Amino acid sequence: MATPTLDKADAAGTPEPGFADSPYITATFRIRRFNSEVSAEATWEDFQVEIDPKERVLDALHKIKWELDGTLTFRRSCAHGICGSDAMRINGKNRLACKTLIKDLNPEKPITVEAIKGLTVLKDLVVDMDPFFQAYRDVMPFLITKETNEPTRERLQTAEDRERFDDTTKCILCAACTSSCPVFWNDGQYFGPAAIVNAHRFIFDSRDDAAEQRLEILNDRDGVWRCRTTFNCTDACPRGIEVTKAIQEVKRALITRRY
Amino acid sequence: MPAGTLYRGREGMWSWVAHRVTGVLIFFFLFVHVLDTALVRVSPEDYDNVVATYKTPLVAVLEYGLVAAILFHALNGLRVIAVDFWSKGPRYQKQMLWTVVGVWVVLMIGAIYPVLGHAYRELFGS
Ligand code: HEM
Ligand code: SF4
Ligand code: FES
Repeated sequence: MATPTLDKADAAGTPEPGFADSPYITATFRIRRFNSEVSAEATWEDFQVEIDPKERVLDALHKIKWELDGTLTFRRSCAHGICGSDAMRINGKNRLACKTLIKDLNPEKPITVEAIKGLTVLKDLVVDMDPFFQAYRDVMPFLITKETNEPTRERLQTAEDRERFDDTTKCILCAACTSSCPVFWNDGQYFGPAAIVNAHRFIFDSRDDAAEQRLEILNDRDGVWRCRTTFNCTDACPRGIEVTKAIQEVKRALITRRY
Repeated sequence: MPAGTLYRGREGMWSWVAHRVTGVLIFFFLFVHVLDTALVRVSPEDYDNVVATYKTPLVAVLEYGLVAAILFHALNGLRVIAVDFWSKGPRYQKQMLWTVVGVWVVLMIGAIYPVLGHAYRELFGS
């Protein structure tokens, strides 16, 4: 049995010209460029790229940078969806360039690529992440226990207790959620979904003793109550974390004081 | 396109935009409504004149728009409350939104006669 694709071509009688020999298509990438040394204004620039639609947007950006224009600036590190450095706005939505296949984007039309919103653009697709990581640090994203002595044995936890915060352990700090949030665009002081997700990870951890403190931090006027439940964060998260649900659980923990 | 593109949010984002727009609209309506009602203490004749203008067909159409805004805001407000307080709310937010839209359509059809009937008779005879 041949592959389904070949079957289809056979059934149609005549394979599409050039179909069998080359998987490549020409896609247009419309990239939002910004370089403060050249202009105070950001501009759109189009690049035509020969590419296999099964490749990813990150591959296209590499082709552009390595073969067409070496000045194109973006962040990436792992290229496999785990370091969180290449969140950008592709066709209007936040995603990781390394997890977005060209074929899922309707490559017939120009594919727009922009920096994530709400953080200062430094160059092209690179933004200043400092405020984002500051909000993360402010929720104390580390284990805090009452005992001051070195632990002498493991901190045991039941499977159910571990399950309670499993979803929020998956965060890779890519900022796709925080920079998709209309509240954050309007007021960068808002802690933002990512910081709340990482607070959630410890608030609901039975081994941690500082839930009360973290809840107080997020009870602030720039804390969880700013959330308007637009679900942009949940839709944007490349790890599939139910971000809005985590925020809601923190809101409810603030009211019921049960966690 | 000089500026960046519009963020392509989904149901949640657009329902929030509609919620805020309708909320602000209702606020302005209530503001005017408090003023016109207060007018009765200043001058009952002027109050009658103002209320008479409310019986015109144009205002009837505006009233239908007000009903639309309040109904959406109230129904979606219940959805937002469910998202915040019902533990399964965030997972079912889309289904709840389409339920809101469905109930809204039914109520809007039901509101046609009570709200627009008078204007219809005025314009096209009875
Ligand atoms: C009919 C009953 C009503 C219900 C059930 C209701 C419900 C709600 C809820 C739950 C919210 C919070 C939305 C969020 O957190 O995203 C809200 C926001 C709001 N409401 Fe209402 N509301 C009602 C009537 C009104 C009235 C009469 C006004 C105008 C005076 C109004 C104006 C607003 C405004 C301006 C907002 C802010 C929207 C935002 O922050 O995005 N609402 N409403
Ligand atoms: S919650 Fe998801 S979208 Fe937000 S920073 Fe973590 S991985 Fe990225
Ligand atoms: S490059 Fe590491 S997540 Fe995309």
